Amino acid sequence: MRPTRGPLPRWAEILLLPLINIALAFLVVGIIVRIIGVDPFHALDRLVLGAVGSPESIGYTLYYATNFIFTGLAVAVAFHGGLFNIGGEGQAYIGGLGCGLAILAFDRYLPGWLMAPIAIAAAALFGAAWAAVPAWLQAWRGSHIVITTIMFNFVASALMVYLLVNVLIAPGSMTPQSRDFAPSGELPALQGSALNLSILLALACCVLVWLFLWHTRWGYALRAMGHNPEAAHYAGTDLKRMTLLGMCLSGALAGFVGVNELMGVHHRIVLDFPAGYGFAGIAVALMGRNHPLGVVFAALLFGALQQGGAELAFDEPAITREMVVVIQGLVILFSGALEHLPRPWLAVLLPRRG
Amino acid sequence: MDDLAAIVFLTAAATLRTATPLILCAMGGLFSEKSGIVDVGLEGKMLMAAFFGASAATLTGSAWWGVVAAIGAAEIMALLHGFACITYRGNQVVSGVALNILAAGLTVVLGNAWFHQGGQTPPLEQAGARMLPIFFPRAGDNILVYAALASVPFTWWLITRTRFGLRLRAVGEMPLAVDAAGISVPLLRYRAVLLCGFFAGLAGAYLSVAQNAGFSRDMTAGQGFIALAAIIFGKWQPFPAFGACLIFGLLDAVAIRLQGVRVPGVGEVPVQFIQALPYLLTMFLLAGFIGRAVAPKAIGVPYEKEH
Amino acid sequence: MTAPPAIELSSIEKSFGTVRAVRGVSLRIEAGTIAGIIGENGAGKSTLMSILFGLYHADNGEIRIGGVPVRMESPHDAIAHGIGMVHQHFMLIDSFTVLENLVLGVEGGFLLSDGMAKARAEVERLSGEYGLSVNLDARVSDLSVGEQQRVEILKVLLRGARILILDEPSAVLTPQETDRLFLVLAALRERGVTVILITHKLREIMAATDRVFVMRQGELVAERRTVETDPHELAELMVGRKVRLQIDKTPTHAGSVVLRAEHLRLVDGRGVPLLDDLDLELRAREIVAIAGVSGNGQTELLQVLAGMRAPTSGSLTVCDRTFDIRRPGDPAGRRAIGLAHVPEDRLRQGLVAPFQAAETSILGYQDEPRFNPRYFLDRPTIGRHCRDLMERFDVRPRLPRLRSSQFSGGNQQKLVLAREMAQEPKVLLVGQPTRGVDIGAIEFIHRELVKARDRGCAVLVVSVELDEVLSLADRVLVMFAGRIVGEVEPAGTDERRLGLMMAGAGA
Repeated sequence: MRPTRGPLPRWAEILLLPLINIALAFLVVGIIVRIIGVDPFHALDRLVLGAVGSPESIGYTLYYATNFIFTGLAVAVAFHGGLFNIGGEGQAYIGGLGCGLAILAFDRYLPGWLMAPIAIAAAALFGAAWAAVPAWLQAWRGSHIVITTIMFNFVASALMVYLLVNVLIAPGSMTPQSRDFAPSGELPALQGSALNLSILLALACCVLVWLFLWHTRWGYALRAMGHNPEAAHYAGTDLKRMTLLGMCLSGALAGFVGVNELMGVHHRIVLDFPAGYGFAGIAVALMGRNHPLGVVFAALLFGALQQGGAELAFDEPAITREMVVVIQGLVILFSGALEHLPRPWLAVLLPRRG
Repeated sequence: MDDLAAIVFLTAAATLRTATPLILCAMGGLFSEKSGIVDVGLEGKMLMAAFFGASAATLTGSAWWGVVAAIGAAEIMALLHGFACITYRGNQVVSGVALNILAAGLTVVLGNAWFHQGGQTPPLEQAGARMLPIFFPRAGDNILVYAALASVPFTWWLITRTRFGLRLRAVGEMPLAVDAAGISVPLLRYRAVLLCGFFAGLAGAYLSVAQNAGFSRDMTAGQGFIALAAIIFGKWQPFPAFGACLIFGLLDAVAIRLQGVRVPGVGEVPVQFIQALPYLLTMFLLAGFIGRAVAPKAIGVPYEKEH
Repeated sequence: MTAPPAIELSSIEKSFGTVRAVRGVSLRIEAGTIAGIIGENGAGKSTLMSILFGLYHADNGEIRIGGVPVRMESPHDAIAHGIGMVHQHFMLIDSFTVLENLVLGVEGGFLLSDGMAKARAEVERLSGEYGLSVNLDARVSDLSVGEQQRVEILKVLLRGARILILDEPSAVLTPQETDRLFLVLAALRERGVTVILITHKLREIMAATDRVFVMRQGELVAERRTVETDPHELAELMVGRKVRLQIDKTPTHAGSVVLRAEHLRLVDGRGVPLLDDLDLELRAREIVAIAGVSGNGQTELLQVLAGMRAPTSGSLTVCDRTFDIRRPGDPAGRRAIGLAHVPEDRLRQGLVAPFQAAETSILGYQDEPRFNPRYFLDRPTIGRHCRDLMERFDVRPRLPRLRSSQFSGGNQQKLVLAREMAQEPKVLLVGQPTRGVDIGAIEFIHRELVKARDRGCAVLVVSVELDEVLSLADRVLVMFAGRIVGEVEPAGTDERRLGLMMAGAGA
C-alpha cells in the first residue's frame, strides 16, 4: 500500500492522527496482555485507575510527567532546528551530575533559596555541555549527530558509574551513590508523593521555550534553519553557531531531569535515574508535534502510562513493571515510525485541504 | 614463556567468544546500512532473538530449535523495521529506538509470564538444550563462533562478488540510479533487512543458548550498539568491521582483568574507561581525527519515486 | 522504398496544469542522422524529449519508432525500443568503478565475475568503435566530467540503444571536451545510430548536426538542414519577434558607481568555471539587466554578489566597502551596507514555506532593532510591517498570519520583492523577478523596479525573459559560459545579435 502524502485537515493532523496512533499501540498492547492471560479491559481499567484514581497516584503521574516534559521539550527544540537529539539520556545524566556536584559543594554553606537556582543552573550548564560536543562535531566536522549522541549516551553512563563508584561515593556506603544532600539541596515535595517543585520549573520551561521559539530572533533563526537551511543562510544566519545553540538548549532542558530526580526525589546522586526518559522524550516530542503545549499533553499521557503501568504491575502478578516499557516502545513505534500508517484511510474519509 | 603463551592464548580465546555476538551483529548491520537503512535496532533484535532462542530451547530441549526460534524472532523485528522504514518511509532512527525499547520490555514481560522467574528463562541444563563446544584437538569452541568467523568472508563475498551485492551497494549510494536501471528499490532493501535479521538472530541465539545457559534480562548490555560502532569504525567494510569487533571484544575481555592493575605512567585504569573506549574511539573517527568514515551516501533517507 | 524515419512524432501535446509546454509538435528524424533541437528556456525541447523517452506521457499525439507506432509508458519501454537518454544530471554512483556503473541492472548472472568479464569485452569493443575511451577500473569520482559523460553514453549503448538523446550535453564540458564529444557523435552516426541533441548553443548545432529543429514557446517554429542555414537565422528564429511590454520609463542619468566586481572567478569542486573572469559595474539610478539562457553563471553571479557564496578569486566592492573574498559568504553583512537580494528561487531561498507571511516579511531583517525593541520580537510591529508591505505591493490575501506556502506564486514573489525593496537599498539584486507571476503582477513589479531606480537605487536584474530584459533595462549585459560577452542598448537592439550572443556565437 503506497502511503499518500497529501495533507489532511489541520485538526486531523494535530489531534486525530496522534490519537489513532495511540489507539493502535494500545490495540497491540491489548493483544500482548491477552497472550499472557490477562483480560485486556480489566488491565486497562487498572491502568487508568492506577494513574488518576487517587490524589497520590495523580501526584506520581505528575512527577513522571515532569521528566517527560523536560526531555520532550529537549527533543522538540532540537527538532525545530532540524536536529535529531537522541542524546537525552546522557544529557539528563550529566545534567544531574552538574546539579549534584553543585549541591555537594555548597549545600552546607548556602540556604535553600540560593542553592536551588545555582543547582538548576549547574544542571543546565552540564546538560548543555554534554550536547555541545556532538553539536560541534556535526556543525564543524560533519559527523552525524544521531550516531554521536548515541555514543555519548554510553560514555555518560560509563562516566557516571566510574564517578559514583570511585569518587563521589558516600564514605562507608556499599551502594554507588553520593552522600545525602543537606536540606538546602532538596526541593520541597508534596506530602507522601514524589511530586515536587520541579514541575513548576517544567512548566516555566514550557513558557520559556514557547517564547524563545516564536518570540525571539534566535528562535526565529533556529526554526528557519530547521525548515530550510538555505533560506536561513540567505537570512544571514550562521548555521554552525545556530546548530550549537539549538543543541545546547536541548541539552540544558534534558539536564533538568536531574533536578527533578536528584533534588526532588532521591536527594543524592544515584545511578540510572535517566531510566529511559531521554528516549521516551522523542515520542513525547513527536506526539506533541514539537509544540510546548502538545509536549505537556503528551508528557501527561506518558506519565499516566508510567504510573498506571506500575500500579497495574503491582495488582496483576502476571504483568511486570516492564509492561510500561512495552507500552512506551509501542507508542514510540506507532506515533514515531509508523505515524503515517493511518493516512490512506483518513485521506479517504476526510476532505482534503488546500 | 609458556605462561605468556598461555595468557595470550586464553585472552585470544576469550576475545573471540566476546566478539562473536559483535561480529554477527556487525555483519547483519552492514547489510542494512549498506542498503541505506540505518539500524540502531540491532540491540533489540539480538535481545528478542536471545529470549525466544532460550525459550524454545527450554521448551523443546534442543538447542537447534532455539537457534531457529531466535532467527525467527529477529526476522519479525527486522520486518517491522523494514515495514516502517521502507514501505511507510518512517524515521529510521525512531523505528530502531522504538524496537529496542519494545524488545527490552517485551522480553521480560513474556519471560515472567511464561517462566515466572523474574524475567529470566530457566537454566538450560538438559543435554542438547545448550550448545556445547565442538572440540578440535587442542582447541574448540561453539559452532556459532565458527559461524561468526565464517560470516565475515561470506559477507564480503556476497557484497563484492555477487549481483545482489552490487545492487545493494548501489541502492545505498544512489537509489535513483538503481530505480532508473529498472531494479526495485524496496525489494532490495527488504532483502538487506532480512539478512540483517538473520545474523542478529544468530547473535542472540549465541548469547542465550551457547555462551550462557539461558536468557536474563537486558543480557545484550549494549553489544548491539558496540556492533554499530564497529560498523562505523570499520568504515562500513566487512573485514575492517571484523577487526573493530575483535578490538572491542579484546577490550571487553581484558577490562575485568585490568581492574586493580596499575599501568605505568597512568595509574589505575578504570574499567569504565575501557568500557567507554569503543564509543570514544568511534567518535574520534567520526570527528575525522583518525581518518574519515564515509557512510553510504543515501543512508537514512527514505526513497520516494519522483514521477 | 525508403526506410521509415527512426523517429516520427505527430501532433504531440503536453500541458502541466495551465502551462502548455508542448503544442502540437510534429517532426521526423531519419535514421543515422544527428538532429539538433534548439530553443530558449521553456521552449519545450526537454519536455518533448522526455515524452519520447517515456518519462512523461503526452496528452495527445503519436510516436512512431522505425515506422511502428509505440506507447511509451516508462523509460523501460523506451529502452526496449532502443532509445537511450543521457541526462544533464548523471546517474552515476561516485564510489563505484566505471565498469560497475555500466553493468548495474545488466550484470548477466548472480556471480559478478562472469558477467563483468563479458561486459568488459563488449564495452571495450564499443569504446573502440565510437572513440569513447575511458578507464573501466577508475572510480567515477576521479573522472572528469567529460569522461563521466562518456560513461553515460556507453551505458546507453551497452543496453543496445540505436537512438541516443543528449540533453544539454555541453553544459558541463570545456570547449575541448565538447569537440571530443562531437567526434564521438560523428562516429555514432557513421554506424547508423540516430542522435538527438538538445541544446541552446548555436555553435554545437552548426558543428555537429545534420538537421536542426527550432522550438519556441512549445511550438516547432522551423526546421532546416544545417548546411542550409546559419547562426543568424537560427538566432532570430529562436528569439523571435517579441512583443515589447510598454513600460513608462524616463531616460535616466546614472550616478556614481555603487558596485564594482572585477575578475570574478568561481570554480566548482570539479574544476569547472562557473564564473570566468567576470567584470561588472553598477551605478546608482540605473537598471542593468543580464540576459542569457539559464545555466550560464547568472545564478552564481547573484549568489556571489549577495554574499551567499564566496568566489574563488576576484574582487568586489559595494558602496565603497571592499569585501575580503576569502571569507565565507555573509549575507547579513551585505544587507548592513544597503544591498538587498531577491533570489531566483524564492521557495528555496527567499522564504520559509511554513512560516507565516509576517515572519517571511522580516526574513533577513529579523535582527533589526525596530523588530526587537527589547529581547523579544515585537509581533504587533512585525504584523503592521507585513500589512504595510502587502498594501504597497498589493499582495493578496491581506493576511499576515497566513502561511507563506498558501500564497500564489505571484503573491509570494511580490511579498519577497516588497520586503527587499522596502529597505530602500542602495543596490537591489533581483533574480527572475516575474517567474511564475501573472500578467497584472508583472506590470506592477516592473513599475516598482523603475520607481526604485528613480529613487537612486542601482538595480541588477537577471532574467531569462528577453522581453522583460529589453523593456526594463537601461543597459543590457549578455552572459554566456560564466562571463559577460557583450553589452547592448535596449532601445532598438537587434534581436539577432542578442540571440547570437546568448547562444555563444559572439557579438
